[in-house]
Amino acid sequence: MKPAASLLAFTTLSGLGLGLLVFLSLGLPPVSGWGAFAFFAISFLLAGGGLSISALHLGRPERALKAFREWRTSWLSREAWASVTALGLTGLYALPLLFDGPRLWPIGILAAAACIATVMCTGSIYAALRAVPRWHHWSTPAMFVAYAVTGGALLAGQVTMAMALLAATGIAQFLAWRTGDARVARRFGTRNTATGLHGHVRLFERPHTGENYVTEEMVFVVARKHATKLRSIALVLAFALPLVLLALPFSHLLGVAAVLSHAAGVVVARWLFFAEAEHVVGLYYGR
Amino acid sequence: MRQPDPDRSPKVSDEVRKTTCYMCACRCGIDVHLKNGEVAYIEGNRDHPVNHGVLCAKGASGIMQHLSPARLRAPLKRTGPRGSGEFEEISWDEALELAVSWMKPIRESAPEKLAFFTGRDQSQSFTSYWAQAFGTPNYAAHGGFCSVNMAAAGIYTMGGAFWEFGQPDWERTKLFLLFGVAEDHDSNPLKMGLGRLKERGVKTIGVNPIRTGYNAVADEWVGITPGTDGLFILALVHCLLEAGKIDLDYLARWTNAPALVDEDPKSDRYGLLLRDDEDRLLVIDRRTGRPAPYDGAGVKPDLRGKVRRAGITHRSVFQLIAGRYLSKDFAPEAVEGRTGVPAARIRRIAAELAHVAFDQAIEIDQPWTDFRGERHEKMIGRPVSVHAMRGISAHSNGFQTCRALHFLQILLGSVETPGGFRFKPPYPKSAEAHPKPCADPHPGQPLDGPHLGFVHGPEDLLYREDGTPARIDKAFTWENPMSAHGLMHMVISNAHAGDPYRIDTLFLYMANMAWNSSMGTGRAMEMLSDTDEDGEYVIPRIIYSDAYSSEMVAYADLVLPDTTYLERHDCISLLDRPISEPDAAADAIRWPVVEPDRDVRGFQSVLVDLAARLGLPGFVEEDGTPRYADYADYMIRHERRPGVGPLAGWRVGETGMTHGRGAPNEAQLDSYIANGGFWMGHVPAEGAFYKPWNMAYQDWAVETGLTDAPRPYLFDLFCEPLRRFQLAAEGRTEPQPPDHLRERIKLTLDPLPIWYPPMEDGHADPVEYPLHALTQRPPAMYHSWGGQNAWLRQIHGSNPLYLPSHLWQAHGFSEGDWARVSSAHGEIVVPVAEMAALNDNTVWTWNAIGKRKGAWALDDKAPEATKGFLLNHLIHELLPEKGDGLRWSNSDPVTGQAAWFDLRVRIERVDRDPGESYPVTEPQASPVGRGPKTVAQKVGE
Amino acid sequence: MTDLPETTERKLGLVIDLDICVGCHACVTACKGWNTENYGAPLADDDAYGEEPVGAFLNRVHSFEVTPESGPAQLVHFPRSCLHCDDAPCVTVCPTGASWKRAEDGIVLVNEDECIGCGLCAWACPYGAREMDPSAQVMKKCTLCVDRIDNENLDPIDREPACVRTCPTGARHFGDLGDPESAVSQLVEERGGMDLMPEQGTKPVNKYLPPRPKDEEIDVLAPLLAPVADEPRGFLGWLDKALERMG
Ligand SMILES: Nc1nc2c(c(=O)[nH]1)N[C@H]1C(S)=C(S)[C@@H](COP(=O)(O)OP(=O)(O)OC[C@H]3O[C@@H](n4cnc5c(=O)[nH]c(N)nc54)[C@H](O)[C@@H]3O)O[C@H]1N2
Ligand SMILES: Nc1nc2c(c(=O)[nH]1)N[C@H]1C(S)=C(S)[C@@H](COP(=O)(O)OP(=O)(O)OC[C@H]3O[C@@H](n4cnc5c(=O)[nH]c(N)nc54)[C@H](O)[C@@H]3O)O[C@H]1N2
Ligand code: SF4
Ligand code: SF4
Ligand code: SF4
Ligand code: SF4
Ligand code: SF4
Ligand SMILES: [Mo]
Repeated sequence: MKPAASLLAFTTLSGLGLGLLVFLSLGLPPVSGWGAFAFFAISFLLAGGGLSISALHLGRPERALKAFREWRTSWLSREAWASVTALGLTGLYALPLLFDGPRLWPIGILAAAACIATVMCTGSIYAALRAVPRWHHWSTPAMFVAYAVTGGALLAGQVTMAMALLAATGIAQFLAWRTGDARVARRFGTRNTATGLHGHVRLFERPHTGENYVTEEMVFVVARKHATKLRSIALVLAFALPLVLLALPFSHLLGVAAVLSHAAGVVVARWLFFAEAEHVVGLYYGR
Repeated sequence: MRQPDPDRSPKVSDEVRKTTCYMCACRCGIDVHLKNGEVAYIEGNRDHPVNHGVLCAKGASGIMQHLSPARLRAPLKRTGPRGSGEFEEISWDEALELAVSWMKPIRESAPEKLAFFTGRDQSQSFTSYWAQAFGTPNYAAHGGFCSVNMAAAGIYTMGGAFWEFGQPDWERTKLFLLFGVAEDHDSNPLKMGLGRLKERGVKTIGVNPIRTGYNAVADEWVGITPGTDGLFILALVHCLLEAGKIDLDYLARWTNAPALVDEDPKSDRYGLLLRDDEDRLLVIDRRTGRPAPYDGAGVKPDLRGKVRRAGITHRSVFQLIAGRYLSKDFAPEAVEGRTGVPAARIRRIAAELAHVAFDQAIEIDQPWTDFRGERHEKMIGRPVSVHAMRGISAHSNGFQTCRALHFLQILLGSVETPGGFRFKPPYPKSAEAHPKPCADPHPGQPLDGPHLGFVHGPEDLLYREDGTPARIDKAFTWENPMSAHGLMHMVISNAHAGDPYRIDTLFLYMANMAWNSSMGTGRAMEMLSDTDEDGEYVIPRIIYSDAYSSEMVAYADLVLPDTTYLERHDCISLLDRPISEPDAAADAIRWPVVEPDRDVRGFQSVLVDLAARLGLPGFVEEDGTPRYADYADYMIRHERRPGVGPLAGWRVGETGMTHGRGAPNEAQLDSYIANGGFWMGHVPAEGAFYKPWNMAYQDWAVETGLTDAPRPYLFDLFCEPLRRFQLAAEGRTEPQPPDHLRERIKLTLDPLPIWYPPMEDGHADPVEYPLHALTQRPPAMYHSWGGQNAWLRQIHGSNPLYLPSHLWQAHGFSEGDWARVSSAHGEIVVPVAEMAALNDNTVWTWNAIGKRKGAWALDDKAPEATKGFLLNHLIHELLPEKGDGLRWSNSDPVTGQAAWFDLRVRIERVDRDPGESYPVTEPQASPVGRGPKTVAQKVGE
Repeated sequence: MTDLPETTERKLGLVIDLDICVGCHACVTACKGWNTENYGAPLADDDAYGEEPVGAFLNRVHSFEVTPESGPAQLVHFPRSCLHCDDAPCVTVCPTGASWKRAEDGIVLVNEDECIGCGLCAWACPYGAREMDPSAQVMKKCTLCVDRIDNENLDPIDREPACVRTCPTGARHFGDLGDPESAVSQLVEERGGMDLMPEQGTKPVNKYLPPRPKDEEIDVLAPLLAPVADEPRGFLGWLDKALERMG
């Protein structure tokens, strides 16, 4: 699939933002006043910014509100509801804190759940696509949540938890790639099933000599050797390096570096998430 | 939950106007839907005899051609150097006066100095009439580089060709063979026919080095080595003769197989056919055992005939045939190596042919009477049918190969019999019923007769008094005596070389000669813009009519912009290439279903206007006033022979409306329009088959005005005119050919079909250039016209060269690679792709996708201009010099047909992606600007 | 409207015969022509005369090369458009309800006024049957010519999809695949009509008829020819007899 910049930005930023909100809503760290303002501002900028960037991906952004309609079947619609709920609840939770008011625990817990639900919805949008076997698995939303909370823990300065999560998510990502590879090999279908033809089937001519919406969106091919290299880079940047940085004696600078390294790693991993996800339609275009 | 409910019955249009498609030369009927007076949608006309409602990809994209940004807008006068594409727009008055100022002096002094050549227009009976009135001998359409081998071989052998002039009996045939066809002119009827065959479970065999399109759906594929079909066909003939599986009765009655050949090498008629004093062909009548005229009442011609006359032995053509083709030279085992078709397979296909023709014969209970007066109770059919086109004709042995194919059909008795091949009126028409060519110019006067025709011996060749060829293209000379369509591919190079003479004005219409229709595109562009020592252009003046901003436009001094096909009158006439069906004569019109929004004029109307300004006979009244207002007026009022005009439908008879023969009818076009743009006149049931010999058909043809008297004839298995040229080459008769051509004429103008290797093989070393390089018509593109079409260019925006898998692997190619392709004449660097369903010694590409930068209102970076390419850069109209000091023409030695498919090449992988196909031609300026960024055409709300 | 109907009264769809499709692309442009002028926004082309033209098409024809176990390689032309799946994933993912499957005949459509152009339905379709219009930025797909098949302004004989009407070889058939008696169902039955990507579980309505076997070497009906003679003289002897028999 095409790793569109808007989707990379949207999933990365909103994941980090919502992840941070999860922690803030659970009082980790227990911010208030200007501290709360700063933390919530960052998290809202990330989450809200990410979500609004997602509207850029729409052909008709002015009609974005229609997306709330089909929550009964569509994960995208559910994501819309979940995100509004999450932002609403975290807002409700944050508001008193800004004025050093009370910490509304029940709302905080609900807000954290809504943030996680939002990220789960995002992941489920992809996981629901049977036509993309690499995504079509429970691990897809799980990894989205794992990334979000890991990033959130980092941003929230929860060093120990962050270290644990970094290690766990890193390993999980490694396993997810491996199982994803196996799933693709198993479930992708073949040019024979795609065409119903027997014998060795090979694309002779594309229907049109140029590209089209489908090839541009869905027939993005990343060379295998690049993928392996990028996977290593993603693992190092997103997990290994931040772990090392956190393991060093604490300093804010190192903390910031860990966050930046993680964010960069997430971008690479997200790029791979899209770029490596092959759509079965590729079978009609010479995969 | 409530569902949305889209409008199920939207209004389709305000009005439907029925006319004829011209996205290609197939001439399908179209329904043009208009909304608010604008073209909204085009679909096929269900009632139309050609397409019965279907359209091809091009036809359905007509709206994009009609709205193309490349449409010319006004007459253009060149301002920059030739080829630059720099022009100023001028008025029609200025343009026409300029043209007249060039043409008038030519006509008055030396009419041959105007050379008028046309491309794939469909008004050749009109354009040739114009050229005849002008008086220049230098006129032809593009047939010489297109498919004259097919046409001439068909007419010289059986009085009609495949092409548009006949078709398989789709409804009855039980085995169908397709030779060397990718699309063909009759492309929708062919596709519909193939569909019908599939429905009936009829087997199709595709003989083609490349397995795409029609050949891909064929039940069996014969991936023959290019240029060897003649051998394959004659091996089939060998097997059939050997097994006695030929239609003896048919051969005896309807062909010249029983005619008697002079067998005495000492006779001056050696090899000619025996005739009586009245020049009637003689056969042995089996009733009497004595010679009798072939068409005498009740004569039963004897296939074994033999007679001694004046001491000279004559033996039947049939015996000659048996002698030649039973020879081991034509045995499948002898040809399998060259053709790449295993002997066992040739034998099996021969057996299938025999089985279907004789064991599955058809009988129709339809009595009929032949030209000898004999009544037949039934029509017997041999349901094997064949179709072929440029794959066999565009080789330098194409004439003989096409003849071999007809020979095979005739031996099986499957021409003009049920289930076989059927002619479409005005065909059948023997070669002798056609005129002979004329080329004597008289200043200020019209030419004595038509330019093109059929020669029957050396005395019909066209030379001037000084012994030089009479025509600029050297048609009808010893080099290519039977060049029935002229040689358009030689015009530019001959005019440039001043050989046989210099011309003044080159007048071209609808032919992209600076690009895809020239053999050697680079050289064509050079010759068109070359100057002499005084800085004057070697070809002094070029006038060109195109509708679009093509590559050729850039080389004209004066451009006469045509309309699109929806904006003008056209006439698809029984006088040239009508839309008939085997069961009906039919003709059609185009008419302006919308008016042009630019300062353009239908070219035929412009010719009518020019003719009037030049005072050409036939185009002006006695007092010099114009006879016709425009082309529509000409279509209605012109009479070629009394009662016979361009259109056969709705003429005025003695008692009222009539068809075929009749006086002009002022309202004729209205009748055509009301009838969907076409007219059809049905052949009577008794005349449906055996047309050349069937009196019911012959009489109907006279009635309909197709001919003035019944003209039954025999099929010429033995082609006597060829023998007459051979006789001269043997030194027996006058006039004689130049010495250097003697051997070639003796070899290639054999009166019985033969095979010889393509000429280029004899000249370019096949070891150095081991591969055959071919082009194919893409179904969704018409030559260069399609490139400007926003929809079609997405289907074919660039073209790779396809290589067979074994080469692909041997050279280590992978996807996205490029190759250098060289021939004896040039070199190109192009993208390549792999193909397994391809003859092992063949590479190919789609034809005419490559474009020059700046042409067709396309962006300079358009893939057509950067990746697309032409194979034409590797082709030359002359073969390389081969030690005899001569440059032989790269054409068929009989007809002059351009041998496009003789091309031999070599390939090498290039290491780096060159980014652009080589050669890169300098961009031309666009006189129409560039196309818009986005197209979202919708007329209705 | 993104719930799929439990069942549909009819299952309208296409049956495409791979045995006779010559890959002419006629159906491609006929579809483009009709659907540009009719249902919804015109099918636009971006960079129409430029370097990278990209237009919306509802039907495209691929070609595949097939190398069988034995025998020469073959070419199969392969038209591909929306299959109007019974279990259409493109419909259920749509967040707005713009995509829906009609309960009465099973046609899958996009209500362009409701479409936000999110592209998710195109991702969900395994067959690449949906394309975003480059100009209107709404999702486009085969409408099965809903505005033709019941159109009272058309002659009854013309109430069929544009691509079916135009196909010169007759490779495309339209009808009710839910009715076992319909001509299309019969055809599917006779010719072993197949589903594309059955593993995707989409239950396509459209069916493809497989190419018939090609290049079969032995034709039992045509025994090899027995020579009547092996040299010209013998042949003339045979000829004498044959002509005598003819009388
Ligand atoms: N769509 C479309 N239709 C067209 C045209 C077009 O440009 N586009 N052009 C029109 C014109 S002007 C013409 S002349 C006709 C031509 O119609 P076709 O005769 O169909 O022309 P080509 O595409 O040149 O096809 C030649 C075929 O012959 C095969 N071939 C080449 N050499 C040999 C050989 O030695 N033996 C055999 N058996 N086969 C061989 C090639 O593989 C190819 O399939 O088409 C007309 N119709
Ligand atoms: N390599 C290779 N080259 C070939 C062939 C091949 O098989 N291989 N085939 C050869 C054959 S058979 C042919 S017929 C030629 C065809 O070659 P051309 O005859 O050059 O064919 P087109 O490209 O169609 O060019 C015709 C010109 O007519 C113009 N035109 C289109 N419509 C109209 C109109 O309505 N009015 C006017 N006035 N002009 C119009 C077009 O814009 C174009 O400039 O190509 C030949 N060249
Ligand atoms: S074959 Fe196609 S382009 Fe040619 S006349 Fe017919 S519909 Fe038009
Ligand atoms: S129109 Fe018919 S034959 Fe042509 S590509 Fe489409 S389905 Fe195939
Ligand atoms: S083919 Fe694709 S677009 Fe059509 S119904 Fe099936 S999933 Fe949806
Ligand atoms: S692109 Fe339109 S139709 Fe498709 S899922 Fe999004 S809103 Fe629905
Ligand atoms: S049914 Fe209509 S919309 Fe669908 S592919 Fe055919 S022409 Fe296009
Ligand atoms: Mo041609």
